[in-house]
Amino acid sequence: MSKLVKSLEEAIKLCGLKDGMTISFHHHLRNGDFVLNMVLKEIAALGLKNMTINASAIFDIHEPLIDLTKQKVVTGIETDYMGRTVGEAISGGILEKPVIFRTHGGRPGAIDTGRTPIDVAFVAASQADDMGNCTGKFGKSACGSLGYAMSEAAHAKKVVVITDELVPYPLNGFSIPEVNVDCVVQVDAIGNPAGIVSGTTKITRDPVGLKMADLAVQAIIASGLLKDGFSFQTGAGGASLAAAVFLKDIMVQKQIKGSFVMGGITGYLVDMLEAGCFRNIMDVQCFDLKAVDSLAHDPRHLEVSATHYASPFTKSSIVDSLDVVILGATQVDTNFNVNVHTNSQGIIMGGSGGHSDAAAGAKMSMIIAPLSRARMSLVVDRVQTISTPGKTIDVVLTQRGIAVNPRREDLCEKFKTAGLPIVTIEELKARAEAINGIAQPLKTGTKTVAEVEYRTGEIIDTIKNIL
Amino acid sequence: MVIKQKAMAGTMESSDCLVYVEPAADLQVEVSSVVMVQFGAAIKKATLDTLAELGIKQGFIKIQDRGALDCVVKARVETAVRRSEKEVQNA
Amino acid sequence: MRRTMLFLPGNTPNIIINADVLGADSVILDLEDAVSPDQKDAARILVRNALKYMNFGSCEIIVRINPLSSGMWKEDLDEIIPLRPSVIMPTKVSASYDVEHIAAYITEVEKRAAIPEGSTQIMPLIETARGVENAFHIAEADKRVCAVFIGCEDLTADLRCVRTKTGTEVFYARSRVVCAARAAGIEAYDTPFTDINDKEGLRKDAEFAKGLGYTGKACISPRQVDIVNEVFSPSDADIEYARLVFKVIAEAKAQGRGAVSLKGKMIDKPIVDRAAFVLEMAKALGKGGADHE
Repeated sequence: MSKLVKSLEEAIKLCGLKDGMTISFHHHLRNGDFVLNMVLKEIAALGLKNMTINASAIFDIHEPLIDLTKQKVVTGIETDYMGRTVGEAISGGILEKPVIFRTHGGRPGAIDTGRTPIDVAFVAASQADDMGNCTGKFGKSACGSLGYAMSEAAHAKKVVVITDELVPYPLNGFSIPEVNVDCVVQVDAIGNPAGIVSGTTKITRDPVGLKMADLAVQAIIASGLLKDGFSFQTGAGGASLAAAVFLKDIMVQKQIKGSFVMGGITGYLVDMLEAGCFRNIMDVQCFDLKAVDSLAHDPRHLEVSATHYASPFTKSSIVDSLDVVILGATQVDTNFNVNVHTNSQGIIMGGSGGHSDAAAGAKMSMIIAPLSRARMSLVVDRVQTISTPGKTIDVVLTQRGIAVNPRREDLCEKFKTAGLPIVTIEELKARAEAINGIAQPLKTGTKTVAEVEYRTGEIIDTIKNIL
Repeated sequence: MVIKQKAMAGTMESSDCLVYVEPAADLQVEVSSVVMVQFGAAIKKATLDTLAELGIKQGFIKIQDRGALDCVVKARVETAVRRSEKEVQNA
Repeated sequence: MRRTMLFLPGNTPNIIINADVLGADSVILDLEDAVSPDQKDAARILVRNALKYMNFGSCEIIVRINPLSSGMWKEDLDEIIPLRPSVIMPTKVSASYDVEHIAAYITEVEKRAAIPEGSTQIMPLIETARGVENAFHIAEADKRVCAVFIGCEDLTADLRCVRTKTGTEVFYARSRVVCAARAAGIEAYDTPFTDINDKEGLRKDAEFAKGLGYTGKACISPRQVDIVNEVFSPSDADIEYARLVFKVIAEAKAQGRGAVSLKGKMIDKPIVDRAAFVLEMAKALGKGGADHE
């Protein structure tokens, strides 16, 4: 027996895909992904309509999606993150039904609980055998962890594995087992390696970013959380990565043995593992080749599912055990709400990803962002879009001062004792305005182009069309 | 001062702007900005103020703004105008 | 207080906006090496506008101008002086007449701009063998000269030797320049440490310069600022000792005694001067008042 089918067309037919069904994709191939476009092209050729795409993220490479929505091949999009290219079209109002934004924990939560059933899941794997055991760890298009694909692989009615490297059964070191897989398709390439993972991720050279990273490490020390057993998550953004690098120096110097580091994994976090700063890496997504290589070969580097990472509908998830998370922000408001969905012009150019999940779970959630970017103030009266509610944000750190959520008087006291530059969030707003001037308000349209679901499924904000 | 020739100043880096000037029969200022809604009017005013200070009454001035503060816009406009004079003198 | 002087490029708005938050006591907005030849005019106008419109708080702004040989230094001064930067830093100063030349032109611009004559200070950058040998004359060349600053990168090129981390090759020059400055009664600032990733090397180099008598050190990266600030700040023990000096002086005065000793050591003028300096620094750092006055 073999589950190998000759073509994508055959796989789609075999799965019984019909008009109006929901199909899922995962984004480990990031901006190098060929699979989403490839599948939708086939679906359009078969004349199918009204499909709903449930993708863990949409990148600029998925631009063909714009035309497919115009042709009504795709009429629904559910995702955790949307890049600027598709985001701008959505913000322009091309889709009748609002896009549903979830978080990296909320999405698998909704799939696991059956709230958002998936008819056919398409799993892109850089290696697979003909029975469907598959992984992203090896092969010419290796992308590392397949964490975001695991929930739909387990729960979708049908699962198609698409690979560009077929190996003899059984695949050693599979990430997703054959038990869930209906058929396997071999293609020439699942992605462009250059867009999947960068060779190296570089920390920022921007002096302000470095200054903030230094301050962030001081804040982590002042919080009292940096001790043996410490757990940490950071993004791959400039200042966040720099903070990880500086944190490593301190942990090595003070011989602090942390428990785990989490998040999108970069070579810098692998360095921390190898330097003995942490016992384990918990990995839902690799960002560079060093991380991929580490996942493939270091038994301390663990591949975890998105459910395990962040779902609020499990008995526990990893974010519940986090001490500190460092997060970015486009805007923060005086109630500490954070926007990572829309830019200064109201255009969709991001999404929560794991932002809300980590913020909810961590003992200290810290936003690091420059007080202004290109004349736009970070701190405003009301964020354009609430991505993460302020009640889960503890600290907003900028180069011109650190604001602590009044809910966290304990942290505020600790920071003051450590001599950190504490200011109120209102003062941060005033400082930004003194530099930039007062911005004229942005006017948006009245059509809802997207709804933002909190990790629990509750809609916490809506995004309107741009004018 | 008079805008005598095409000239440019500034960059497209964040927090900067690129200013292009060329001779024209009347005074035209064209602004595009990543923060057009929020600061488009402020940028235009900073440009017109600077042109007035320099005594410029004619010329086409195009600003491509990447979030520059007013004092940066003013510096770039002044630099472009001065270059437009100088280049003729040097020719 | 000028423990650190951080170099920042003069034509980069994004960096100038944040000049005051990088932790340095002073920043040097650079019109010289950090600006390409075809952007000198743009940088000059940008720095002028920054001085005019931006608020740098307590951070001192120094402007490094183009060298005398360039022909651009007068234009730099024409634009910058009217906006009253604290200090002008001329480069490759090799003899007292370089300073006299610049000082005379600054006076001219000050008159034209109707700002108090002599209010602009000069910190010559000494980075040639001639400059080192003429250091004392440079330091005494004009009352505007508030300090001298040694730059060892260009200097080692001029000396035809290799610049090393340990700096043995510039030991003489550093000693000579700081001695010249102290002889002239002004401050001396040390060359930057160029490996921005070597924190321990930076600390050692700064400690060495402090040991020679330097007041502070230039930085080429914001990441160097904290360490250099720390090295050139008085320690808690220094502050404690300085307080004690003034305490025993006050006690002696109250008892009508002339000679004062502390821990078996005579308190003479150099000790008092040093203690006063330490307490001034402590006050500036927010570590208690300099109440000896």
